[in-house]
Amino acid sequence: MNKSNRFQHNFEPLHLFFMGLGGLVILFIVAPLLSMFLKTSGVQLIETAQDLEVRNSIWLTLWTSMTGALAFSFLAVPFAYILARKEFPLKRLVTGIIDLPIVVPHSAAGIAILGVISRDSLLGRAAEPLGLRLVSSPFAIIAAMSFVSLPFLINAARDGFMAVPERLEKAALNLGASPIRVFLTISLPLAWKSILSGLILMWARGMSEFGAVVIVAYHPIISPILIYERFSSFGLKYARPVSVLFLCVCLLIFILLRLLSGRRNHVESR
Amino acid sequence: MLKVDNIHLTLGNFTISDLSMTAEEGEYIVVLGMSGVGKTVLLEVLSGLQKCDRGTVCLDGTDITHHKIQRRPIRLVYQDQALFPHLSVQKNLEFGLRCQKTPRPVMNSIVKTLSEQLKIDHLQNRAPDTLSGGEAQRVALGRAMATNPRLLLLDEPLSALDPQSRSEIQMLLRNLHRDGQTIIHVTHDYEEAVSLATRIVLMENGTIVQTGSPSEVFRNPKSRFVARFVGVRNFIPGELTSAEETRNETASFARNGVRIAIMCDAGSGPGHFMLRSEDIILSNHAVETSALNRFEGTITDIIPTSRGIEAVIDIGIRLSAMVTRRSVQQLSMAVGKPIFVSFKATACRFISNI
Repeated sequence: MNKSNRFQHNFEPLHLFFMGLGGLVILFIVAPLLSMFLKTSGVQLIETAQDLEVRNSIWLTLWTSMTGALAFSFLAVPFAYILARKEFPLKRLVTGIIDLPIVVPHSAAGIAILGVISRDSLLGRAAEPLGLRLVSSPFAIIAAMSFVSLPFLINAARDGFMAVPERLEKAALNLGASPIRVFLTISLPLAWKSILSGLILMWARGMSEFGAVVIVAYHPIISPILIYERFSSFGLKYARPVSVLFLCVCLLIFILLRLLSGRRNHVESR
Repeated sequence: MLKVDNIHLTLGNFTISDLSMTAEEGEYIVVLGMSGVGKTVLLEVLSGLQKCDRGTVCLDGTDITHHKIQRRPIRLVYQDQALFPHLSVQKNLEFGLRCQKTPRPVMNSIVKTLSEQLKIDHLQNRAPDTLSGGEAQRVALGRAMATNPRLLLLDEPLSALDPQSRSEIQMLLRNLHRDGQTIIHVTHDYEEAVSLATRIVLMENGTIVQTGSPSEVFRNPKSRFVARFVGVRNFIPGELTSAEETRNETASFARNGVRIAIMCDAGSGPGHFMLRSEDIILSNHAVETSALNRFEGTITDIIPTSRGIEAVIDIGIRLSAMVTRRSVQQLSMAVGKPIFVSFKATACRFISNI
């Protein structure tokens, strides 16, 4: 009995089989990336890093995706709080709309955004007298990136707020805090980890966007588009170092932010 | 001071109907009822966290039914304390004062005085999740008291505590009340009600069934429910061995190694032993009487009530005996003194849980 128990826990053949399947999945993710790294020499990487076009594209990709995530957090986080706390008519419809960008094909999303910011659109016409051209501007890039990545932030923030016990908010109200004070001093700090992880997700998702951005702004060129351009004009060999470099930068920031947000929550005392 | 008039509210399939009550300055009101009768909802209505469908709540002559929560000078201490987990004890204590924009020096001195009074000054920089139940309850009380509320509401403040912290917090509450704090305390535990309340409010099915001093409620319970609930001060769970099984005239009730002879014909099994406090005889020496139950114990508490003096005696279980002021003097009773307890097997009752 005892023996068979241990057997069940550790050596169940079915579980071994499942683990084998998992190994294949891991291999499927790691192998292509690894081969891409291995096929890129250090010299190629350094040359690529010195390429101004590459550097500009990486920088552009980073700042547009971050700006998008930060700018929309001011709109999305308070909204996520409402979604977490309140019941209202058509709430299911609203949550459905928030998830919409995940299912809209990204090229279609790009077309949709282009329709809103093109020169014949209301927004485009309003911007024209100011000397602003929205299409093919960082603004367009930010819009396209944010469109496809916003659900990640809203959903993470909503889950974060839902995990904050409502009783704590009630206790704060009862101690004389105004609703805005409760939000800023209780709800927001307690949901902060989820919100931050949502921000990172949104940023990472926006940064990797190709389909929607390529339609609204081929230039200024962001890294995913530059990689595609190098590939289609010069071939695999030229696209690979750019991919590796971009991936390295992204991973670096990603890991750094994860470490930062993963730190044990410190209790505020002074 | 507080006047609640015919409040009514429905939450899902739960209803509070036509509930009226008052609280005078300096009163310690214990709202007593089984769980689920709406005690917590009542506190939330008073503090404004829950809107009532109709009825009014007046404080010091002002109708505050529709006042904002944060404008009411009423503080509620939750059963699980609801301390802010991301703030230190000190920040938790300061929370209400910060909301009132109290200047730093004033805030510091209030927090300091309060911490000393509540014996939590050594915990200032601790995180709430590192506190014991008793410590957390002190901090929660301190947080509520910091803003000097007109009315303090306590939701089952003692029920989650170990016996030691329980009596400490109980003492603390008694002191707060002695200092003039008006308190409304809800509980399902009649012992708390008796030892703390100046007035007991009994709740049943979302409404108030009886209000009165502890002795009034005890001795003249208005419903059978009340009678079972609080009618007898000594109400002790334990195990009964039936008369049949003991092959004796009396059944034997056991609790903490103490065996009590009860004249009853209930079957063996778990249940509650009940004995009116007035039926216990105290003496300084072991005396031979017709009482089958004779124990030696220690006096653990002497509590004056409007109907006499209640002496709590530990004989392995805690028994409460109601005696006169004169007896206390004659026997020179004092906390910590040994005493002999006797009561008749025929005065005891047993209610089976089966």
